[in-house]
Amino acid sequence: AKSRFWYFLSQLRKLKKATGEIVSVSRVYEKRPLAIKNFGIWLRYNSRSGTHNMYREYRDLTAGKAVTACYRDMGARHRARAHSIHIIKVEEIAASKCRRPNTLQFHNSKIKFPLTHRTNHKLHAPRITTSRP
Amino acid sequence: AVVSTQSTGAHGDDKGKLVAIVDVIDQNRALVDGPCSGVGRKDINFKALHLTPFTIPIAHSARSGAVRKAWEKAEVTKKWSESTWAKKLASREKRSQLSDFDRFKLMKAKQARNRIINIEFGKLRNAARKAKK
Repeated sequence: AKSRFWYFLSQLRKLKKATGEIVSVSRVYEKRPLAIKNFGIWLRYNSRSGTHNMYREYRDLTAGKAVTACYRDMGARHRARAHSIHIIKVEEIAASKCRRPNTLQFHNSKIKFPLTHRTNHKLHAPRITTSRP
Repeated sequence: AVVSTQSTGAHGDDKGKLVAIVDVIDQNRALVDGPCSGVGRKDINFKALHLTPFTIPIAHSARSGAVRKAWEKAEVTKKWSESTWAKKLASREKRSQLSDFDRFKLMKAKQARNRIINIEFGKLRNAARKAKK
């Protein structure tokens, strides 16, 4: 966390670890971790042929989880590795200001959708049993 | 507003408990609360939930107190424990806890019941044979 701090700070200001001092490092906890929020994340990432800005939206309980979802999503959709992603800003967005249809479709107090193709993945099948699987 | 049972191997300690789906976070996750079954409010994947036919009338994202009140008013725990589904789960649980002596007692009870059934069956069969002649 500290070295990442210096990485970003020296990009923004004329400061480096040798010329600056970290006063405190503390975890920032989510204020309302049990309330569902829409997070807008502004980022900048390197693709194979250039670097681009992006704005993405995620619906989640905490900012930390939303950012993690963002990293996974970028890896999945754009093959962007974590080292090539800079998260510029994370902000809780009011429902009326959301832009992406994927978040907007959940802004429905009478939402309903079927749970299709429910399979049993048997994730925790024991390695040794007395009964045939 | 729907009540569902949790059934996962992962969240072993909360397995099989009743919770109410309080809100939908996104395609895969629901915000879930079980004030009357000792489950704290949390987000959970739909894949870890089995929906029950019971519902309670709460507003979306209602707080734990409101959920508890609606739950107790609708007597969900009582209705659940009277349902065949819950009884089957309970008997499955009981069966897995049987000791060898219990299994012996079970065998003897089954034998006694089958004797009674077979005697009656024999009577019916003989009556049918006589009627055919």
